[in-house]
Amino acid sequence: MHKVVIPIGPQHPALKEPESFSVTLSGEKIMKFSARLGYNHRGIEKACEERTYIQDVYLTERICGICSHSHSTCFVQAVEEIAGADIPKRALYIRTLVGELERIHSHLLWLGVAGHEVGFDTLLMYTWRDREVVMDILAMLTGNRVNYGINTIGGVRRDVTAEQGKAILKAMDTLEERTNYYIQIATKETTLIQRLSGVGLLSNKDALKLGAVGPTARASGVDRDVRRDDPYAAYAEVKFKVITDNHNDVYGRTLVRVGELLETYKIIRQIIKKMPEGPLTVKVPRKIPAGEAVSRYEAPRGEDMHYVKSNGTEKPDRVKVRAPTLANIQTVAKMLEDRQLADLPIVIAAIDPCFSCTDRLTGIRHAGKRSKSVLKWEELHAYSIRHYREHGIDFAELNKKMRKALK
Amino acid sequence: MIRPGKMLKQVLESVFKKPATTEYPLVKARMPDNFRGKIVFHPERCIGCRLCMKDCPSGAIEIRKVGEKKFECEIDLGKCIYCAQCVDSCLKKALEATREFELAVLDRKKLKVTYNAETGEVSKG
Ligand code: SF4
Ligand code: SF4
Repeated sequence: MHKVVIPIGPQHPALKEPESFSVTLSGEKIMKFSARLGYNHRGIEKACEERTYIQDVYLTERICGICSHSHSTCFVQAVEEIAGADIPKRALYIRTLVGELERIHSHLLWLGVAGHEVGFDTLLMYTWRDREVVMDILAMLTGNRVNYGINTIGGVRRDVTAEQGKAILKAMDTLEERTNYYIQIATKETTLIQRLSGVGLLSNKDALKLGAVGPTARASGVDRDVRRDDPYAAYAEVKFKVITDNHNDVYGRTLVRVGELLETYKIIRQIIKKMPEGPLTVKVPRKIPAGEAVSRYEAPRGEDMHYVKSNGTEKPDRVKVRAPTLANIQTVAKMLEDRQLADLPIVIAAIDPCFSCTDRLTGIRHAGKRSKSVLKWEELHAYSIRHYREHGIDFAELNKKMRKALK
Repeated sequence: MIRPGKMLKQVLESVFKKPATTEYPLVKARMPDNFRGKIVFHPERCIGCRLCMKDCPSGAIEIRKVGEKKFECEIDLGKCIYCAQCVDSCLKKALEATREFELAVLDRKKLKVTYNAETGEVSKG
């Protein structure tokens, strides 16, 4: 049959972020799927090198709008490890608390988006309404709904009062009741089960081979969770189950996420009960001694990894971020092999992608003859000036004008 | 029992409920107590150490010496990311995060807010 290549994105009404896919179709069937990342590249890693550690906390927090706490915690953990700081217990508990609250809001958000992608908008409306409960709790605790700004190098910036603890426990009861309701929906609503079952299959072997992480891996029976395998913050002191599933499809990924929600409520209850008294921060010098560290964190989407290298100054030498979506994006091609085009939105949505987290690098190539050569920064700069000059635009002039206008 | 329309009951019940959304801007929204909104400056407390400028992630704050032990402060509300790190960094409690959040203006110049060293009053532009 005749093959058709369809470009989806980088700007596409169905996608919430600029990312680009190219899908080769034979009829309705997907023959080949490839993703092209890089449209959301913001140069955060480089920007980290030019700022002090304390400024970087806020910068890494803004890598992702949903798992902002994951990234900032991952970063401060690495810095604290290099500095050899002993973080107070209470601070670790508060970090864990905010991290788990973030997981609740992220998973409820995902459930709604998944519903939306399969045309079940009723589910979207209700999960997002219930998500407000946890958003209000986060706002109460940290001041803001997103970008909580709770982390600082050496601890946390805000305390949790006894009253707030009570409000959290109450919210957990409400959310648990609602989650149980969604579990009922997920296991009894035939339209949902039939739409999600067998879609986006990823066998256990493939999940391991492609290095899937988080709920995507756990729904293919890969029993991995950084919180249990390499405990950070206060996870060593709380009891919880790692939810896995053997459906290997989008339905399994749904079950894993709602199952994880119930575990999260358990963790939060234990955290509130066990939270020790004590200081919130320990003093960490502004200059971090030379060294390097890798920090792992189980973000809602899977394992997040930060690498920090210091050189004895106030600014890091190198910061490297591996967001969970980068580990999961390769699995999408496998999941979509020989599947229908109509499954594409939900299969992509099922890994809970976050492309702005993922875009750490852009390689730029000559579109013409030298298609194999990758352009370096200086070459690109010179090329762009030449290109625009040929088209009658001189930036030197424009820059002068702009400077004048801005004055 | 496995059947479609599992959420129907809830949907029908909701018809008779009040909307879940708030009626902002008709009803004013109240921000939580430790909200990080617009930063205000108390000139009488400032000693000009400039720690706030050093730690600000976005270069939004500037402390200028205008006289003997007198400092004025300029905050670019367009650059500020409302992290309140400057508030934490200041040892003299000269900066404070407020609950004010409706900061949009039509003229970009108005985003630059200067707190006078004498009166502490705000002058824009
Ligand atoms: S940190 Fe405080 S005292 Fe120091 S310059 Fe800034 S506002 Fe003034
Ligand atoms: S709130 Fe943050 S961004 Fe704004 S002036 Fe203070 S330190 Fe700078």
